[in-house]
Amino acid sequence: MSRREGSPFTGVASIALKEAADHLTSARMHLSMLLVLLTALGSVYAAIGQLKETVSEDPFLFLRLLTTAQEPLPSFVAFLAFLLPLVAIALGFDAINGEYNRRTMSRILSQPIYRDALLAGKYLGALLIIGICLVTLFLLVTGMGILLLGLPPSGEEILRAFAFLLIALVYAGVWLAAAILFSAVFRAPTTSALAALTLWLVLTVFWSIVTPIAARAFVPDDPLDPETTVRQLEAAKAIGRLSPNTLFGEMTLAILNPATRTLGLLFLRDLDLAVVGSPLPFGQSLVLVWPHFASMIAALLVVFTIAYVVFQRQEIRA
Amino acid sequence: MSPVIQATGLTKRYGRAVAVGGVDFEIEKGEIFGLLGPNGSGKTTTILLLLGLTEPTAGSVRVLGFDPLRQPLEVKRRVGYLPDTVGFYDTLTARENLAYTARLAGLRAAEAGPRIEESLRYVRLTDVADRRVGTFSHGMRQRLGLAEVLAKRAEIAILDEPTSGLDPQSTQELLELIVKLSGEGMTIVLSSHMLEMVETICHRVALFNRGRIGLAGTVCDLASQVLVGTHVVEVEAEGIDLAAALQSTPGVTKVARLGNGSWRVDADRDLRPEIARAVVTANGALRNMTIRQASLNEVYARFFTEANHVAA
Repeated sequence: MSRREGSPFTGVASIALKEAADHLTSARMHLSMLLVLLTALGSVYAAIGQLKETVSEDPFLFLRLLTTAQEPLPSFVAFLAFLLPLVAIALGFDAINGEYNRRTMSRILSQPIYRDALLAGKYLGALLIIGICLVTLFLLVTGMGILLLGLPPSGEEILRAFAFLLIALVYAGVWLAAAILFSAVFRAPTTSALAALTLWLVLTVFWSIVTPIAARAFVPDDPLDPETTVRQLEAAKAIGRLSPNTLFGEMTLAILNPATRTLGLLFLRDLDLAVVGSPLPFGQSLVLVWPHFASMIAALLVVFTIAYVVFQRQEIRA
Repeated sequence: MSPVIQATGLTKRYGRAVAVGGVDFEIEKGEIFGLLGPNGSGKTTTILLLLGLTEPTAGSVRVLGFDPLRQPLEVKRRVGYLPDTVGFYDTLTARENLAYTARLAGLRAAEAGPRIEESLRYVRLTDVADRRVGTFSHGMRQRLGLAEVLAKRAEIAILDEPTSGLDPQSTQELLELIVKLSGEGMTIVLSSHMLEMVETICHRVALFNRGRIGLAGTVCDLASQVLVGTHVVEVEAEGIDLAAALQSTPGVTKVARLGNGSWRVDADRDLRPEIARAVVTANGALRNMTIRQASLNEVYARFFTEANHVAA
């Protein structure tokens, strides 16, 4: 059987730019960005208030802006972990089924492009918008920090902040892929939105409740064997990391809090010769999060591939 | 002249349901070819197969010498498609919608601009080019769809139910545009179940029934194939029984009584003189006699009654 001819990427850029332009002017995007902006600025403002009161010396004061929580507000990072999926879902939940419902699908696909281009273009367009929003948000926060604290970020802090932005982009990318998958599976946009939101609630809110229960089921307590407690904790960690939310939380912890030495269990024997509380160099923090980052990219690719297969197998006629 | 579209043994099955069950046809350059048949008879599936938007289960298609399955981009670059009840991005203007598809077709903005302008003028939408498509009527959307096919400079236009749901005036406008385009050398394939329309503009038609082409040819050919008598004479007369009077007249295939004093006579040639003589000989008073050519409507009705009888 001969191969099909022509590049599958013909038209990707046109579709991505058009999608991005659509998102920028859509009311849905404005609303979700307003929500993110208000919560983020609120949390950073509260964090600044807290930071002004502490007088202890901290070489990474600037990163504290992002991670300090002031009751009752969670930190900037915690807000992003919670809200980024929501923004991604808002951008992706009607990507494919919306084209069917507007009856534009067959007209667009009768242009000289492959279906691959439509899916990839829609994905990249939305991801571009998320990227722009993340950078804008970060610059706003930095500006606020400089204005209100009167202190510029150091070189390493900027490096760590960029690493954090990249991680946040991939995290949003996983959710965007999931939202587009649901938009390909379900014909009604409301159904796909609900399905995506359900998954979001399960993985961000209920997952931490489920993991210890599941771990106990896999590794039962044995009062005679103290090792089981450790194994149970390790199982709980592993199950917890099935949620991109957990992966994101642990990665931001390691990147934005340089004193973090491990993301697993720490035993006293591991601390031999360690200077407790001293920060790790940036490279070592990267080494620490690398497995997490790789798993998250893997999750993104797997979900996007499933969406791709589902979409390719669909009949065009409505 | 070599055909621009050639389908051989084209088959598409969805599971066990057969959408298209092995059709063969050829379409010549510059021709208006009508795909005709009831809903669900495989017209739209055939169109999707021509465009490579769905894969055939068996058989093959050649469009302008390309295989839509293996060289879909080449085919789609040269073929314009107007889906039935075409949709546009409602928040964009007519011009922006066309500019978007022009970009997808790989045209540069400098090249696309004049083409879009020209095609909007052709379908008389220049005045509303900068209005959002959301405010457009159904007829305007169909015309905009045609403008898209034009802006692409397509060699073949495939129109799926172009006039369904249009008011008579918009239908007329659209048909005039189609005939004009055909006159300029564009090959046009259109599917429809509106017979008068197909009859007036199509050079050749193919009658679809349950995924197969029952008949294909010019409207005249079809009539002589399907209708036993190609001539229908309506007779109004008083004081006689026409059926009895014409019993021994050669060439009469059927005499049907339509009402009090009126009959319909099917004949294989123009039998008006013979009928008049028969009426007069039987002492009847001839009031009126009209002959008409069989219309596609009758061909269609007769064909599908027979097809259903065979199937039943």
